[in-house]
Formats: sequence, C-alpha cells, structure tokens
Amino acid sequence: MRSLYISLLSEFYKSRKTLAFWAAILLPIIICGLISFGFYNGSKEIIAANNPPMMLWGRYSGAALGVMGLLIMPFYVIFMAFSVNNIEHKNDTWKMLFAQPLNKFAIYAAKYLYAVFLIFICLFLFAALTFAFGHLLQVLVPEYNFGQYNPLHILINSYAKLFFASLGILSLQFILSLLWGDFLKPMGIGFVGTIMGIIAANVGWKYADLIPYSLPTLALRVTKVRKLTGPLEIPVFTQEIWTSLIYAAIFFIIGYFIVTKKSIK
Amino acid sequence: MGNYAIETVGLNFNFGNQVIVKDLSLQVPKGSIYGFLGPNGAGKTTTIKILLNLLKSPSDQVFIFGKEINSNRIATLKRIGALVEQPAIYGHLTGKENLINRCILLGIKKSKADEMLALVGLAEAANKKASKYSLGMKQRLGIAQALISDPELLLLDEPTNGLDPNGIIEVRNLMIELATKHEKTILVSSHLLAEIERTATHVGIINKGELLFQGTINELHLLSKPVLEIEVDQIENASALIAGAGFEIIAHTNNKITVAFSSAGKSGELNTMLIQNGITVSSLYQQRKDLENLFLDITKTN
Repeated sequence: MRSLYISLLSEFYKSRKTLAFWAAILLPIIICGLISFGFYNGSKEIIAANNPPMMLWGRYSGAALGVMGLLIMPFYVIFMAFSVNNIEHKNDTWKMLFAQPLNKFAIYAAKYLYAVFLIFICLFLFAALTFAFGHLLQVLVPEYNFGQYNPLHILINSYAKLFFASLGILSLQFILSLLWGDFLKPMGIGFVGTIMGIIAANVGWKYADLIPYSLPTLALRVTKVRKLTGPLEIPVFTQEIWTSLIYAAIFFIIGYFIVTKKSIK
Repeated sequence: MGNYAIETVGLNFNFGNQVIVKDLSLQVPKGSIYGFLGPNGAGKTTTIKILLNLLKSPSDQVFIFGKEINSNRIATLKRIGALVEQPAIYGHLTGKENLINRCILLGIKKSKADEMLALVGLAEAANKKASKYSLGMKQRLGIAQALISDPELLLLDEPTNGLDPNGIIEVRNLMIELATKHEKTILVSSHLLAEIERTATHVGIINKGELLFQGTINELHLLSKPVLEIEVDQIENASALIAGAGFEIIAHTNNKITVAFSSAGKSGELNTMLIQNGITVSSLYQQRKDLENLFLDITKTN
C-alpha cells in the first residue's frame, strides 16, 4: 500500500506541470463556461421557449453532456491513457521506475489509478460547474427558473455513468499506450475505435455493447430515453456499465503482464 | 560469499536464441571500485540490468550482499543506486524537481535534493529545465540520482560519457572519495581501460558475454610483460643473429624487432653482439606493453 501511495504521489508530482493534468481542469471550465455564456447571451430566446425548470436544466446540462459524452470524452480518455505512459516513454524512464525499491504492481497500478483519477476530476468538475454555473445564470438572469428544480441527482448519475462507461476504453488504450511509445498508433486505433463505436451504437448493432468504444454513447442514450419516461430514475449500473467494468478489469490485468515484460531491452 | 557485494555464479542470459551473457562469475568485493570493462556490445549493460532485476536472472545465480536477487528484490534495490545507459531524467521538470521526485519514490527527505545538487555541481542550474541541460549536466544529474539514497552499492554504467576532461576528473575523484571515505562499493563500466585504470581497485574484462579476466588492478599489470624493442638497419641479418643467440623474437617489422625483455645485462649483450656483426642499432629500449594494448589483445583473441 505504501508503494502504491508513493507511486501515486510521484505521478502527481511528475505530471502537475503537463497539459494532461491541466486538461482535466481546463476542459470542464472551458466547455461549461462556453455553454453558460451561450445561455447568458441567448437568454431571451431560451426564456421565450418557456421550459419548465426540469426541462431547462435538461437542456442546459445536456449541452455539456452531449458534446462530452459523444466526442470529447473518448478522445480525452485516449489522451489521458497516452500521457500517463508517454511521460516514461519520452524520457526513457521506465527502467529507472522499475529499478526503484517499490513493488512492480504498485508502480503499474498507480499509473492506471492516476489516469482514472484525472478522468474522475474532469467529470466531477463538469458536474460541479454545470450545477454552479446554472445557479450563477439564475443570479445574472433572474427570469430563468433554474432555482426551482434540484438537478443534482440527474447530474451525478449521468456523469457517474459516463465515468464508469469510459473505464473500458481507458484500460484498452492504456495497454496500447504501454506497448507503443509513439503518439500515432494508440491515437489512430483509438480514433478508428471511437468512430466505429459511435456508429455501432447509433445504428443499434446488436453487439454494439461488446465494443468498449460504444459504451459511453450507449450509456448516455439510456439516460436520455429514461428522461422521457421517468426523469428521476437514472440507474447507474446498467448493462453497459457492467460490460465496461469487466473490460476494464480484464485489460488492467493483461496490462500488468505486459508491464512486467517491458522496459527491459 | 559474505565478502562480496556482488556475486554471480555461472550467470547465463539470452535474448531468444542470442546469448548475451555466458557463464559469468563476477566477484565484486565489498568496498572495492570494480572496473567492468569491455567493448561496446560485450554485455555490460545487460549485466547491470540483471543486477537491478530489470532483467530476470535464473534463480540462484545472482547474489547482492549475499542475498539471492529474485527473492529479495525490494530489499536489495534499497541498497543500490544506479545510473544505466542514458540518465533517466524527466525533461519537463527542473533538475531539482527530478531529484525531489526521486526522494518521493524513495521515501526520503526532500532536502537531500539540494545536497546532491551541490555535490555534483549543479546548484546553480537547479531550477533550469532538465531538457535544457547539456549532456554533461544530465550525466551529473544522473549520478546525483544514483547517490541520493546514500546506497551501499553503486552501479554506474559509463558515468563519464559526455563529460569534459574536468568533469571526468571530478567523477573520478568522487568515486575514489565514496569508496575510501564512505566505504561504498562501486561497479563502474567502461569501454576505455585508461579510464578505469586510474580509479579501479579490481577489474573484470568481458567480451561477447564472457568474462576473460578478473582480478585486482595489480594482477592485470602483471599480465603485461615488458619487451625490448630494437631498431636496426639490416633487419633480416639482425633477426637471424638474434634468433641464433637464443632470444625469443615476439614480432618484427621492416625496421624494428621486438624480443622478450629479461634483464638489463642481457639487453647490453644483445646490443654488443649486433654491433660487432656490423649492424647499426639506432635505438634499443625497454617497453612495457600498455594496458590499452593488453585490453585489445585480451578482447581480440576471443
């Protein structure tokens, strides 16, 4: 446990000045900021549509969730998996890392958990900023009715789903980035995978839920459908989420075997 | 076994079908500076990686401070500091941050970082990004990283690579100081014998994965026997005469004959004999084969 804690600290220390770390913070601020600015600027038309408070929140948070879930999230996850490993590839530091008096599994697990942590931070900020900026909009434009509905449940469950649904992709990309030190291979495979995943999910291919890259799209779609029938019921642990978690567990274990053979040429 | 910091017993290591290390039996005494010599590609770096357990050795072939490495990996690594190939440095961090990161990984005080920077002469460049460092500065930072945990055993893979003459002398003095004052054991690899000769107490020469020589530096010196080199005008006649008088000719070129040196008296006799037979001797001197040539000989015959 001490090895894991130390390795996690070191991961943070190494990456705190890199784009990978700041992306986790800047991405939600920029996207939520832009959407809120749009809602502030176009408040007249939106108020004219006369949405009930719940629908207003749905429209507002859906803007971020839709962009995030469909496109940015998979690429962000691919980028995180890449950066956490690339820091060692680029500097040729794998051998140094594994020559430290630390448990090898802990070093590997810390890298993985750190990538998970960055994704968690990013999504947490998305949920928190959506909530906070919504209330800020209410203060700036008193005609809005954001204050009349509490969206926390929807926000937390939707982002929790997105988080769990992305872990399958993360683990797969993590392996690819471990194997290859360059940017193009993991990125290329991730890009093709993501496009395929989105298409497979959208045409409703019956095996779509077996493709890790389809899972965030599928998970969010379930959220949307449920919103119409019963808006307060967004079960987090649906089938796609379990599939994603199972993929994550399998790839995580395979990754460890790759790492023990690695860095040692 | 108790007296060795490193001991390998008939160590074999292959990459697929390619034999990298063959029946290697290193014995590095505690407190020694062990010069690990060999041409490029001889298996030096591979051996060092095995000693760090980066490459897995067969069981019961590698012992560090008497303990089998595979079953004592973490405990063993705690006692080793290493610099393997290029120093492992994060380019986007400053020199100091690189050392602090190492302190985090080793669970030691961060104040050690400044101490090490001063030791290797990087105090002024402490807050400069490591990617902006010169090759020599990177090498110093690598040495600082190896030393930061105050390890009993140091594995330095070509530590003077890329250093200027001043830097080379500094590293040399640092090694001697560490071994004599702080009782560290140092294994330092190099492909340059002259480099090792000045610091090492013990030498191991490896070529194509096999250990060709192992012993103290004095034992290595004994291997190089002195010779007598004679420059003459009539080389054929002179050779015949010298051979006829019972001297052993080691080599001859078109104006120089090399014979085994036995004593000053014998050299004088040989000179007199040549002159009396009408041969002009332009020079006659005793030569000790330098270690550089010895090293070349040892590694070439294999």
